[in-house]
Amino acid sequence: MNQLDFPILSLMMGLPMLAAIICLFVGAHAARLLALGTTLVLFALGIVLWANYEIGGPQWQYVERVELFGNFAWALGIDGISMMLIMLTVFLMPICIGASWESIQKRVGEYMAAFLFMEVLMIGVFAAQDIFLFYILFEAGLIPMYLIIGIWGGANRIYASYKFFLYTLLGSVVMLIAMLWMVQDAGTSDIPTLLNYDFAPEAQTWLWLAFFASFAVKMPMWPVHTWLPDAHVQAPTAGSVILAGVLLKMGGYGFLRFSIPMFPEASEQFIWLIFGLSMVAVIYTSLVALVQQDMKKLIAYSSVAHMAIVTVGLFAFNRQGIEGAIIVMLSHGLVSGALFLCVGVIYDRLHTREIDRYGGLSINMPKYAVLFLLFTMASIGLPGTSGFVGEFLSLIGLYKVNSWVTLVCTVGIILGAGYMLYLYRRVAFGELVHEDVKAMPDLSAREMALLAPIAAAVMWMGVYPESFMAPIRDDVGTLVARIDRAAPEGDAHLKMGQAKAAPATHETEAGHGESH
Amino acid sequence: MDYRLSLIFTLPEIILSVSGMILLLIAAWGGLKSARLISILAVVALFGSSAYALEFLTNPSFEFGGDAFYGLYRMDAFGSFAKLLIYLAAIVSLMIAPRFFKDSGSYRPEYPVLILFATVGMGMMVSAVDMMTLYIGLELNSLSAYVLASIIRNDVRSSEAGLKYFVLGSLASGMLLFGISLVYGFAGSTNFSVIADTLRGQLSTGPLIGVVLVLAGLAFKISAVPFHMWTPDVYEGAPTPVTAFFASAPKVAAIALTVRVIIDAFGGQTSTWQQIIVFVALASIVLGAVAAIGQQNIKRLLAYSSINNVGFLLIGLAAGTPEGISAMLFYLVIYLAMTLGSFICVMEMRDAEGKPLESLSSLAGLSQTRPGLAAAFAVFMFSLAGIPPLFGFWGKFLVFDAAVAAGMLPLAVIGIAASVIGAFYYIKVVKIIYFDDPADQIVKTGHKTENGLIALMALAVSPLGYLTIPLLAPVTATAAQALF
Repeated sequence: MNQLDFPILSLMMGLPMLAAIICLFVGAHAARLLALGTTLVLFALGIVLWANYEIGGPQWQYVERVELFGNFAWALGIDGISMMLIMLTVFLMPICIGASWESIQKRVGEYMAAFLFMEVLMIGVFAAQDIFLFYILFEAGLIPMYLIIGIWGGANRIYASYKFFLYTLLGSVVMLIAMLWMVQDAGTSDIPTLLNYDFAPEAQTWLWLAFFASFAVKMPMWPVHTWLPDAHVQAPTAGSVILAGVLLKMGGYGFLRFSIPMFPEASEQFIWLIFGLSMVAVIYTSLVALVQQDMKKLIAYSSVAHMAIVTVGLFAFNRQGIEGAIIVMLSHGLVSGALFLCVGVIYDRLHTREIDRYGGLSINMPKYAVLFLLFTMASIGLPGTSGFVGEFLSLIGLYKVNSWVTLVCTVGIILGAGYMLYLYRRVAFGELVHEDVKAMPDLSAREMALLAPIAAAVMWMGVYPESFMAPIRDDVGTLVARIDRAAPEGDAHLKMGQAKAAPATHETEAGHGESH
Repeated sequence: MDYRLSLIFTLPEIILSVSGMILLLIAAWGGLKSARLISILAVVALFGSSAYALEFLTNPSFEFGGDAFYGLYRMDAFGSFAKLLIYLAAIVSLMIAPRFFKDSGSYRPEYPVLILFATVGMGMMVSAVDMMTLYIGLELNSLSAYVLASIIRNDVRSSEAGLKYFVLGSLASGMLLFGISLVYGFAGSTNFSVIADTLRGQLSTGPLIGVVLVLAGLAFKISAVPFHMWTPDVYEGAPTPVTAFFASAPKVAAIALTVRVIIDAFGGQTSTWQQIIVFVALASIVLGAVAAIGQQNIKRLLAYSSINNVGFLLIGLAAGTPEGISAMLFYLVIYLAMTLGSFICVMEMRDAEGKPLESLSSLAGLSQTRPGLAAAFAVFMFSLAGIPPLFGFWGKFLVFDAAVAAGMLPLAVIGIAASVIGAFYYIKVVKIIYFDDPADQIVKTGHKTENGLIALMALAVSPLGYLTIPLLAPVTATAAQALF
């Protein structure tokens, strides 16, 4: 069956499902403990998954397949990319549960059940090897998230939950029609087979657009990003963490798994659209973020900008771009999650997210200020943090294709530094002017335990990204080989320089060097 | 023609008619006291008929079906499958009724008897291969339904519903009859296969009008737009168990009948009926979704939801392929579970004195007072909206799959995009149940039978439902194949 001889992926989906059902029937404290225990066990299983993953082994590992549903199968299996995203999920989940430990006091059982169910779906989305199973799990995420925002959200939660639900649903339904057509055309719903099936280029255009509608909303790309700030602001802290940390990655994963390898010609054809929207997103949402008064909204807009770096990287059609995009996805999952937690920490103390109500926190909350600074820097992409690795690779990949887009996106990163540093200055620096802020205690042990692992992961990814890039390298290679036939020509038309006549022995070497 | 075979093939109807008449006599002499006994006997009779329908469906010796009474009636897998669904829906409608009627007056023994007669009519509808049988079955069902709608005589709304249903139903029957007579005039027969053989090629105006009128009459019976106007009023006014019945069994019967008429009788005229069905399907989906948004009464909302669902069902018919029909039959199974489940949930909406509540606002905060009921309600709503992983998604999946396979991509895309509009009001109900502050109007305890049925239906539309696909899909495929 697989290298572990037992269906570990099914176990990773079955366990939280079971725990979710139990959570509905037990008291608040038991539900908390159960949820924390389950998510920690899943994290351990995730480590088992990673430890036993054979780098350089078969493309799909831990494969399981049961013909359970007639028209489609219970087919799971992961490659390196899926595994890293599953790791991100199981890493963030215990932190989410911990973040809700004290701030969620009503209907705890249902809350924990919703999060555990969410975890089932997220792992399933990344592990599904049947296109219909993928769709079902992908769409099913709407239900728990709708409830999480609607029940435990802020003041304007109802509007935000409707918007989230309907926006993402509208994006996704047309994708289903495209999937039905694809499966009828290819005669199978098996994703690995579909990945190597060549659809007619005319059909690809329509299929690509249908998938784009779904993933662009999920990603989210400008101009269909407007659900995100609302959903983030209204969701409880842990909801924001999971939304920014994992749910947004489903859009990127979708591009990576479906749009690009299945429709390479169409992807190339629409590269202008992706680049155009991404450029607008990077600049526009960064500028919008600059003027936000609400911390969560600011981070939400910064997410849109970061996701634009992911899309340009993915559509660069080369190794650096795609690897960079994946690292940005992972890094953003950690960093934005951590930033939302940082907001949550002070929100729990003062119950406002308005930036002006804070100031001078580095005086009375030094530990908090240090960690917040680290995540701010990671979000900006400071070398040594995870953000740098991903953004640098993405932009290198992009530069090979289009230097103008690279220029605009780089400007966006400078703007990113602007709004993040501005946020940090207003929150952490300056004088302690508000009396209530002065009374805020520094991080508790629980909060420290939530933020410290993310900080460690961010540093690890920044200093030694090889750990994270080794599993994905072969899969990116497969993808690049698959789409190579449609890869766009770069806009940098390098001219071969005239080699010097003498000395003759260096001629070939010099010419070789210049052409790069 | 072997008369014995005819009798065997019609056994489900014979059982029901005979028991219906006997029970009517018992009711006449036994009075109100006999109501409960009659209910139980009616359920037994329905189970007996179901056993025969199941036998016809599964026994290989009946695989190819057979005509009864000189081509008036046909026993085949399609009819038997539809009958099974109808009988099950009727059984549920009988099980939930006694308590409801006791709370609002008295439980009358005529209720089970009328249900039985309606069921006989429906059995004939789905087995009819002749316009005359079709009409008789339809009227037998409709007349019982008119009385059922107004069964609480002293309730103004119930009487109004019955009257409205009667007047509009008669209008539809008139249209249907006029269409039938035109078709008969031009085809020279009321038999479906003869009609199919005669009406070939380009239709002249006369039979074309006939076909359109027949479809209009049938569209009324399945409450498809633009002949849906009676549905919200009748669903709202009729007592809730009756509404649950209307939304389930007759819907199955009318849809199965429509399918048979279109595929068997007008099968050669695809271009004629297809555009009508496509229009009716899309109009039902859109109107069912848009009109439901403003509703404040849960029964009216569910009425529009049923109009909306009929639109999705008709997409399978519009495809006109065996896969499409098979998808419709599967959809009907899921639809029954969702609809009956939602209506039983509505029946649980009672205040402390047992008075039925129907406004959406009385559901507010139900999740905190009755978490189980609230969860079931939410499951039905998400399922009706077609959100995976709930099983309601699968019905939509199948009909859209059939439409895509038949090359009707624009229909599929518009239909599925319009389903998002529908999702809005379903999640609105969930919002009221889960997000709003408790209104504390609904009593804290439920009734055992109702709770059990709700749990059963909720389990059926939960993700566990997907496990039934390997079991049900071959059956629906066989049933659909019987028409082609």
